[in-house]
Amino acid sequence: MSWLLVYPIIIPMMTAVLAFLFRNSPAGRWISVLGTIALLFASISLMVEVLDQGVVAAQMSNWEAPFGITLAADLLGAVMVVITAITGLATVVYCLAEIPERLERLGFHALLQTLLVGVCGSFLTGDLFNLYVWFEVMLISSFGLLVLGGSREQLDGGIKYVTLNLVSTIMFLSGIGLLYGMTGTLNMADLHLAVRGVENTGLLTTIAIMFLVAFGVKAALFPLFFWLPASYHTPPVAVSAIFAGLLTKVGVYALIRTFTLIFDQDVGYTHQIMLWMAVVTMVTGVLGAAAMNDFRRILSFHIISQIGYMVLGLALFTPLGLMGAVFYLVHHIIVKANLFFVAGVAKRIAGSTDLARIGGLYAHAPVLAFLFLIPAFSLAGFPPLSGFWAKYVVVKAALDLEMWVVAGISLAVGLLTIFSMTKIWGAAFWPAHPDGIKPRLSDMPMGERMAMMLPIAALAALTCIIGVLPEPFVLFAERAAQQLLDPTEYVTTVLGVQP
Amino acid sequence: MQSLILTTATRLLVALLLVFSIYALLRGHNLPGGGFIGGLIGATAFILYTIATSVREARTALRVDPANVAMLGVGVAGLSGLVAGFVGQPFFTGQWLFLFRNGDSYLPLSTVLVFDIGVYMAVFGGILTLVFALEQEI
Amino acid sequence: MELLLAITIGVLVATSVYLMLDRNVLRFLFGLVLLSNAVNLLIFGAGRLTAGAPPLIDAGAYAPASVVANALPQALVLTAIVIGFGLLAFALALVYRTYMTLGTVNSDEMRVAEPMDGQDLDTGRLGLGKPDPAQPASGREAGI
Repeated sequence: MSWLLVYPIIIPMMTAVLAFLFRNSPAGRWISVLGTIALLFASISLMVEVLDQGVVAAQMSNWEAPFGITLAADLLGAVMVVITAITGLATVVYCLAEIPERLERLGFHALLQTLLVGVCGSFLTGDLFNLYVWFEVMLISSFGLLVLGGSREQLDGGIKYVTLNLVSTIMFLSGIGLLYGMTGTLNMADLHLAVRGVENTGLLTTIAIMFLVAFGVKAALFPLFFWLPASYHTPPVAVSAIFAGLLTKVGVYALIRTFTLIFDQDVGYTHQIMLWMAVVTMVTGVLGAAAMNDFRRILSFHIISQIGYMVLGLALFTPLGLMGAVFYLVHHIIVKANLFFVAGVAKRIAGSTDLARIGGLYAHAPVLAFLFLIPAFSLAGFPPLSGFWAKYVVVKAALDLEMWVVAGISLAVGLLTIFSMTKIWGAAFWPAHPDGIKPRLSDMPMGERMAMMLPIAALAALTCIIGVLPEPFVLFAERAAQQLLDPTEYVTTVLGVQP
Repeated sequence: MQSLILTTATRLLVALLLVFSIYALLRGHNLPGGGFIGGLIGATAFILYTIATSVREARTALRVDPANVAMLGVGVAGLSGLVAGFVGQPFFTGQWLFLFRNGDSYLPLSTVLVFDIGVYMAVFGGILTLVFALEQEI
Repeated sequence: MELLLAITIGVLVATSVYLMLDRNVLRFLFGLVLLSNAVNLLIFGAGRLTAGAPPLIDAGAYAPASVVANALPQALVLTAIVIGFGLLAFALALVYRTYMTLGTVNSDEMRVAEPMDGQDLDTGRLGLGKPDPAQPASGREAGI
């Protein structure tokens, strides 16, 4: 029942505590693995409950909504928690091979679990201020993960990441303060009702734009994304992967949540701004990627371009558009984390992520090459992979609204994505290694090879499954989009009364 | 920096501050005080000790790694919320135990207090980790 | 009272924006400290000001006898102060570490993670691994 909502937060929290206390022994990393497996089970049971019962809500400490803190999960929240657990598990397993003992002793796994606490908390909370708190939990652990080890590049990227994210946080907080001043409540379901009674809608739109800026920084929307390509390629690959998979998506999730539940009065204005931000985000991201010559930096820019598609789905604000946004979120987390994992293996066996200094991966590590192609083609939107359906739904939604330019641009961005992917292929996989090295997977010890390749294979398999059997996933996204567009069920369940 | 006045005063003040921090922690539920304030006061005691002596001596006097205390505190606070589950109530619902009932007077024990103790440890450990790290680096 | 608070917030925000426009990361951080304080005051003001009536109830009573100050914004501000304290302490330590490692607090000179055009990411050298004497190796040498 209501406890199902608590487990995805308390399990990683307790895992973090135990992993920290055992950080000096090998037990720490295995606690981390076990805890994440437990998180996966907890999130799946929550998902089953939500599919079965509809929206579930729980009032912390038995304080009734809207006075206490509410946890609530609709289909979107539940599926995000499941994806978080899957990505978390893949990352933790990958870390077994990648993270040196030196970082583990500094509390790496505790930080990683704390990150999961923050992410799951953000997806499950039903209270705006509580969302701020979970954002902070997520942010402080991501700061730690980003600079842990303290190399020159990490510190350099860390400064930009930390400062710009702090600005966004403060923006979010002032938005919360003003919204509270206008409505007298911070419970999101209650806000949904309260904003309807607000007379000064102009001020409300201003607050909406503050939220757009705050979450836009987190989600790396144009023109607020500069921290992302400055920092995401500097930490260990596993950290890059979980950041790329989850952190920006929390920003997108927060945008979807607030702009469907609270700020849906002046759609013509706010969502129009969002629409063009999304389009420019797509274009700048993909052009930035085209200019890069480093495996991870190309991928970092592609995060930005893909964020554009998700926000585009939200900005269109039609059932089909939101359905595309939800589908895209799920698909992109899997694919992007996977591509970073591949980059990590390439770095390990070929010695670098700089495209000019690696090569020969196709000749000597064909399995890796094959596993790269699946997420790469999926990212670009090739049928029959998950990315094709995600792009198809979003573009279809744009065409339905007769937005030819928007649809055209998103298709062109897809083509440019293929260009960068072929660039990676043409430099890292196809030609021989410039230094004559033969990068073989079998050069890695058996245990490390398994720990690195298993997550890649599992996520690639998931991409294929979503691609080949899209129907249940599409139907699911459709239901989630309906819940978002008509939040009556969410509001009634949280507040426990008919609105 | 060695100052005779500071070192002598510190010996008294550290003990006093630590006792006062426990007092602030215990009276916290219905009166000003609580885990956060208590933890801050407790941390102040050791910060004072660090200033009067050195980080190394403060670490020795503390005996345990403050980061461990902080994380353990988070664990204790989280566990205090779980207790409500055994009686079928939502997460973090306060559970009370009234001991030694004698007319109007009794000793109330609650999971709220356990939570406060967790907060105390988390704040105490967190602040000291931070201060030790900064003090050592500069 | 509201007017005074509004002016204070305005001055704080203006000062912090001025500080945050500086290339010096430390000044940027001081700007952030000011800004977070301004936002705390903003929340406090948004909860309406009630002078001289602390939100305390008498012993034994279940509700306050008369109008008292709104306690919720105070709780929010307290939480925000604590979180802000933690984040800014971390950021300060980070800036210090960065200064010790990179030798600069000027954000224009921080180009290790994003080297200039043609600069090699792994080695800091220019032109795909081959040093190019014609171009300066870092922003600092280029005088930026």
